[in-house]
Amino acid sequence: MEILVCVKRVPDTSENEIGVNSAGTDIDRDDLVYSVNEWDNYAVEEAIQIVDRVGGKVTVVAVGDSESEEVLRREMAMGANDGLLLSDDSFGGSDGKGIATILKAAVKKGNYDLVLTGAQADAGAGQVGGMLAAMLDQPYASLVNSIEIINDKTLKVGREIEGGNQEMNEIQMPCVLSIQTGINEPRYVGIRGIRKVASVEIPVLGALDLGVSSGSVGSAGAKVKVQDYFVPQLGKGAEILEGSTEEIIDKLIELLKVKGGLK
Amino acid sequence: MNSNKQSEKVYQEYFTKEHNLLRSAVRDWIRKEVVPNIDDWEEAGEFPKELYGMAGELGFLGIGFPEEVGGASGDIFDAIILNEEMMRSGSGGFAAGLGSLGIALPPIVKKGTAEQKERFVKPVIAGKKIAALGITEPGGGSDVANIQTTAVRDGNDYIVNGSKTFITSGVRADQLTCAVRTGGKGAHGISFLVIESDTPGYSVGKKLKKTGWWASDTAEIFLDNCRVPAENLIGEENMGFYTIMENFQMERLQLCVMANMTAQMALEEALKYTKERHAFGKPLSGFQVTRHKLVDMATLVEVSREFTYRVASKIQAGLNQVKEISMAKNFACSISDKVTYDAVQLFGGYGYMRGYLVERLYRDNRILSIGGGTTEIMKEIISKLM
Repeated sequence: MEILVCVKRVPDTSENEIGVNSAGTDIDRDDLVYSVNEWDNYAVEEAIQIVDRVGGKVTVVAVGDSESEEVLRREMAMGANDGLLLSDDSFGGSDGKGIATILKAAVKKGNYDLVLTGAQADAGAGQVGGMLAAMLDQPYASLVNSIEIINDKTLKVGREIEGGNQEMNEIQMPCVLSIQTGINEPRYVGIRGIRKVASVEIPVLGALDLGVSSGSVGSAGAKVKVQDYFVPQLGKGAEILEGSTEEIIDKLIELLKVKGGLK
Repeated sequence: MNSNKQSEKVYQEYFTKEHNLLRSAVRDWIRKEVVPNIDDWEEAGEFPKELYGMAGELGFLGIGFPEEVGGASGDIFDAIILNEEMMRSGSGGFAAGLGSLGIALPPIVKKGTAEQKERFVKPVIAGKKIAALGITEPGGGSDVANIQTTAVRDGNDYIVNGSKTFITSGVRADQLTCAVRTGGKGAHGISFLVIESDTPGYSVGKKLKKTGWWASDTAEIFLDNCRVPAENLIGEENMGFYTIMENFQMERLQLCVMANMTAQMALEEALKYTKERHAFGKPLSGFQVTRHKLVDMATLVEVSREFTYRVASKIQAGLNQVKEISMAKNFACSISDKVTYDAVQLFGGYGYMRGYLVERLYRDNRILSIGGGTTEIMKEIISKLM
């Protein structure tokens, strides 16, 4: 099975405290440590497991600048066979539709049975998977937390739905699935994988290679534009506990006791 | 090492993209497998043996060792990254325990036969066996030339008698790379034998209780008429002293790294805490006296780390750095002494409480200026080379 997994380089929230920059135009990106988007990492693990079972190849693709290569290389060290970087100055500032447009062009250049994305990434919009499927005119399932291969045309996929309930679907390939965390236990990257991919050339495709018109992507093509970033005002009934983590825990336990949450 | 040129800006970068990938891989493993459990393991006085298998499987134990012995090769900065990220567990004991092969195996890798490497190196790098280094004795540590443990040749064996103490991973070690006296008095009578822990006469005293490094099992080992096959002799008989001295250089570099990381983490904890903790109506970081203390801590940590990296890069280039690595160790340890002290001071009473990382860093730090050669021994080495 030929699988394409879309991955994104995002700020690593376990390494950074995320704050709004002073101009209110973005998060503060000074000294941020970046890593692969967590949801995407689950998607890559799932793809590797599928290929381990039925054969085929896993390709990881990212839209971004040259720094995104580190994320592709990480996923290749984990077990993906190939990497592909989609990079062009005109891609900067793309909205979800722009990213889906770029990815669609990359998908069209290959022959993939299955395209996986993470359910969402750092911006939390969760748009790309659905838009990509629509642009490709392929079936789509979101928030997928299990994949079973029925035959070479059909998958059985589980979806997490409201209230912790589970929904099972049959879906025809080629298709697009957005993957929820917890679908598997992503493997660790070992030193042998790192050595294997250290000097592998990762192809880079730009707007011309992909046949994407620069007006349809990037800032120029974006129909959704972020207007403002700010920390919301404290609302009524909300209380922000302050102090060290230990002090906050003590206060929280005290509050829960007072309010009857802890007996 | 890369030389980076951006217009007129030229500087040396010690870490490549491949190094950074390794760092994120080790960090990810430590963060998920070690950090959530480290408090319990510290209290238990050891970490699960399974960790050796996992680290072996991922190839982390093989970093810095050649591929022909099952290693992952790599340069000195790979080894530094591994140590730095193991220190990110917040436990010097964990880093020292899991990393004890780093001091136990190099003599075998450098001086051993192919058969010895097969038996004593490969299983350790694979995480299937635990290796420890046995130099220090109850009667002396830094005075290596005066080792008292004897190995007397008897046919195809050596009969070993004596004891070793403060042995990192000593409680659980399957094999001890052990310095023994095979010849006359002084430096010229010392050899290395690998002694397996199931050898009759090999016994382990109770786990030693220490100020810090709790997650590392440290032991005294008794050798009572141990019959060790002569084929376990590493290198030439009576030439062990020089192997010990060579081995110290990498151990001292790694102790520099541990000191720098101890100080770095203490600084990070202090930075966080002084923003969160309020006194007299404002966060501690709102007071100039706090800010200036933090600046001094950060400056010292930065300088010490840079010096360590610089010395490491020179060692990698093949330059003799015996004097410089000794200086780096003393400097890094003096910085971690100061920074951990200051961090505890900033935490006030909480800094003295178990469960706070700075409390552990303060305790773990103390061994660094003793192990691998004391500050005073470093100064003696430096004074002879000035």
